Amino acid sequence: MKKTDFVIRFAGEGGQGFQTAAQGFAAANVQAGYHAQTFATFPSQITGGPTWFQVRVSTTPVLSRGDKLDVLVAFNEYAYETHKDDVSDEGVVVYDSKMLELPDDGRSLGVPFEQLGKSTGNQRAANMVVMGCLAGLMSMPQSILEDFVSKRYANVQRYGEKTIPQNIHGLTLGREEAVKSGFALGELAPPEKPDYEQLFLNGNEAISLGAAHAGLNFYAGYPISPATTILMWMQQHYVGEDRFVYQVSSEIEAINAIIGAGYSGKKSMTATAGPGFSLMSEGLGLAWMAEIPIVVCDVQRGGPATGLPTKTEQSDLYQAMHPAHGDVSLPVIAAGSVEECFYAAIAAFNWAERYQGPVILLSEHAFEGRNQNIRKPDLSKIPVENRNIYVSNNGSDSYHRYESRELGPFPVPGGPGSYVANASEHDGMGDTTHLPERHVQMTERRFGKLKLLEDGDYESDNTEAGIAVMPWGGSKGPAREAWNEIQGNGDTELSWYYTMFLNPLPSRLLEELRTKDLVIVPELNYQGQFSSILRTQGVNAESLTQYTGLPFKVGELRQRILNRIQVDAKEGALV
Amino acid sequence: MTDKNPEYDFKWCPGCGDFGVRRALEQAVARRLTDTEEPIENTVVVAGIGCSGNMVHLLEGPQPFGIHGLHGRSLPIAFGTKMARPELNVVVVAGDGDFLSIGMEHIAPQAQRNLNVTAVIMDNAVYGLTKGQSSPTSELGMVTSSTPYGKPEEGLNALKLYLTYGVSHVASAMSSKIKDLAGMVYDAMEYPGFSIVHVQSPCTEFNDTYQELKGKPREGIPGLAWDIPDSHDTRDIRAANGIVEQGGVPLGVVYQAEPKLPLEKRVEKMNANARVRTPQEMLNSYTS
Repeated sequence: MKKTDFVIRFAGEGGQGFQTAAQGFAAANVQAGYHAQTFATFPSQITGGPTWFQVRVSTTPVLSRGDKLDVLVAFNEYAYETHKDDVSDEGVVVYDSKMLELPDDGRSLGVPFEQLGKSTGNQRAANMVVMGCLAGLMSMPQSILEDFVSKRYANVQRYGEKTIPQNIHGLTLGREEAVKSGFALGELAPPEKPDYEQLFLNGNEAISLGAAHAGLNFYAGYPISPATTILMWMQQHYVGEDRFVYQVSSEIEAINAIIGAGYSGKKSMTATAGPGFSLMSEGLGLAWMAEIPIVVCDVQRGGPATGLPTKTEQSDLYQAMHPAHGDVSLPVIAAGSVEECFYAAIAAFNWAERYQGPVILLSEHAFEGRNQNIRKPDLSKIPVENRNIYVSNNGSDSYHRYESRELGPFPVPGGPGSYVANASEHDGMGDTTHLPERHVQMTERRFGKLKLLEDGDYESDNTEAGIAVMPWGGSKGPAREAWNEIQGNGDTELSWYYTMFLNPLPSRLLEELRTKDLVIVPELNYQGQFSSILRTQGVNAESLTQYTGLPFKVGELRQRILNRIQVDAKEGALV
Repeated sequence: MTDKNPEYDFKWCPGCGDFGVRRALEQAVARRLTDTEEPIENTVVVAGIGCSGNMVHLLEGPQPFGIHGLHGRSLPIAFGTKMARPELNVVVVAGDGDFLSIGMEHIAPQAQRNLNVTAVIMDNAVYGLTKGQSSPTSELGMVTSSTPYGKPEEGLNALKLYLTYGVSHVASAMSSKIKDLAGMVYDAMEYPGFSIVHVQSPCTEFNDTYQELKGKPREGIPGLAWDIPDSHDTRDIRAANGIVEQGGVPLGVVYQAEPKLPLEKRVEKMNANARVRTPQEMLNSYTS
């Protein structure tokens, strides 16, 4: 039987350039019609330090990075020692035989990558030799990589005429080494080429494209991992008329700048990560209080404080919902895949415009470094909501933006309906007041608007089962794969729920969850943040937590879900 | 909005310098309407927090748009509003505590950008709203509610700071000279770049400096305030530095840089070469 799945890990020192090989290998396979997902983890430094990059190629959509390795490409001894236990029993360790000596344990393949690469006449062809070798081990048609190389280096002016033949030569040399070695990992089944167009991109690119489709006018940002690439994307791709992009002097300036822009009628956004998000707290309170539409994207990393800047975690949920002092509950949309990064960004802008206030868009470090194929969105079918702007005062100046408990049109400078956007508690026109009945009225107005956001969609599956699995954000992929395996096994019945709309939750979803005996929430934080939020809303939820800076492994998660259910079954038996 | 709104319960103390600043600001905005026919709604007043921040609610007559934001953050908000809508007239009103203590980090970036807004700073050398604590411009040794044995820091020379940061247009005024102040605010709004009008605006409750500023000319006691002579070349940064080093409170335009491109024009110019694509085109570039 042919294989449906291959997992390859490149491990070594940062700056060794194997990211290019990994990325290229994934892109080539996607071009050929396979599904692929990459995963990167590295220390917070420019070069050096233990780094690894993983590629999973499959005949079906990829949900997680893959637990067991078919191939480990080790670039130094430390990498070999650290990762060798993750190699599956049938797997192979590939290494550069001129750089490293590994024990001949019958599953290691030494190839002089660097030397063979240089022999092509191209100093940088070592990556090609690696890719060719991998293709040989996987019995992958040579044409897949050759097509990719021919397309990638087609720009002769930029790459010269020799690059393509040299690289193809490198691919061939690598393949020959694999064939010579006698190792064979089985053959990947032919791809089921999807009948729709695909994109290959990472999470931050997807967020940026979503913001672009939503009609972003104003972006202010400050460099911070892992959100920096959104600022860079905006600067490189987005500037233009009515598309202001700026690197400001701090996150405090960023949040206040987008408030000033949102107030003036424009769709505005910033993206940051934990420490920057903390600095934005007071500004988010202002945006909630004065009801200014803005989108703040938090690409989560490990925390607290500087924490783990280049590792992944889902530990900012509490802060996303309640970033500021006082009575606030900010709308939160959390993307659960690269594809959802695109749709979540659009939804965040739509929410901000609809309820006239700040919206938090949560992403994760894991998506920033993850390249994945997604179905190309049909922009004509994705609705964009725009601000309901106050246009006429019928000759009087009696419109008071905040007077009604219901949301009314939004006055913008230069037009009628002038008012004060006030951080202090205020009356209908925005003047400061301390009257108890006004504070009651305005507090209820601000919370009442959240009702406009309760119609978000959600996934549900096998809903009859009383025990549910409901991950959020980036734990969706591994949790779904674990759920699929458990369901496929047939011994246990579990229902599945998922939404990216975390606050407010879709009201129908909340009703369903309340009927469950138990809702198991896999999430990457110590406190079990989402399950505790669900419990405050009357759902019997319990977390399976992990806080390693890495995503869940499917096998481990599956076992933990099964263990939890068995505990439940035992306790049930005692009663 | 106070006249129309009995619910608004904030009041400045009798004799507060901010009354004069308010009148001057109203006159400057009104003059824009008559001189340039710019409607009042085209002006956005961005206020910080403190006594001066209430300016935005206390303006009388036709109302500009207003933001009463966070303590120290009026400049970043003004940056956002101005760069999102460069056609608007954006004015910052803030006090010395707000602008020069918690908000000081925001002055330098705007100066370097030449952000095209005007900041009117009301300096009473004290935190009034929280009842009389020392501020960056309080003098060394000054006894306040937070420095009962005297302030251990030297007072900040705000005008010198603005010049050092490279603020394009710097003027210094006194709240009691309303007509002069109105003219300076008007000119600052007309100036294409970052302008600050720094106003001595005494606090009758905690730091009443009216007498000190004016002196007692009849008794031969000179005031702290003195008029910048007509002969001063406002384009000359060295002369401007000389003025702010002389001590006391100089009155008039201290410095006005040869007009250079304001930020909105710089951005326009630099982005002229950008390749502008539709979202669909951007999406297409990721097709596998």
